[in-house]
Amino acid sequence: MSTTFDKVAEIIAETCDIPRENIKPESHAINDLEIDSLDFLDIAFAIDKAFGIKLPLEQWTQEVNDGKATTDQYFVLKNLCERIDELIAAKGA
Amino acid sequence: MRLEYFQMIDRFVAVDVGGRVARAICKVPLQSTVFEGHFPGYPLMPGVLLIECMAQTTGWLVSAVTGFTGLPALAGVKEGKIRNAVFPGDELEFEGKVIHDGSGYAIGEAKGWCKGAAICDATLTYRIIPYPSPELRAGLWEWAERINFPAKEFAK
Repeated sequence: MSTTFDKVAEIIAETCDIPRENIKPESHAINDLEIDSLDFLDIAFAIDKAFGIKLPLEQWTQEVNDGKATTDQYFVLKNLCERIDELIAAKGA
Repeated sequence: MRLEYFQMIDRFVAVDVGGRVARAICKVPLQSTVFEGHFPGYPLMPGVLLIECMAQTTGWLVSAVTGFTGLPALAGVKEGKIRNAVFPGDELEFEGKVIHDGSGYAIGEAKGWCKGAAICDATLTYRIIPYPSPELRAGLWEWAERINFPAKEFAK
């Protein structure tokens, strides 16, 4: 059974044409993989669809802009996958 | 259609916000400075303006689905196809669908027809951006009324 990370990495590789082997749990989507905000919308759409959730991008952006969170918390892939798992769990609760 | 003002929609003929689909009529004017250049002696509706017709039809629907909480700014056009030529005087019908309402963005699918024949289709990405001024949002109600879009009903 594939993990959340496997699925997210597959989505990023397909959406952004990034070699799968370059996508690691420690990769920062923006700083390391150089995914821009428009491409990230495509990724968010694919993640929303694949997992049946709605990534709260507006809330995350607001928290980063307000200094209440760092981009690492949402855009380092292992952290992003944790957020996804939390959203999936909340949906099933 | 007010081509020079980029106001493409004449009127909505069906709006189903719950079903996330809307249809609009856009009549291409007989005269426009656009046709003096595109092309001299052969007036042809530019394909990018057909994309704009699809973007506006779906954009109004995105606004309603998201409660007019922000301006849907066109951010992406995928699989855009222009299937047939459109000329001055043609009456066009467009259908827009919202296939995903994300956080701060939306994805739509749109199609256009002329005399029953498909003329264009595309998948559209919108960023929902804060209204740049209260005047812009306030002006939407009058605009919506002019094109028969039930905007106030869905405004949060």
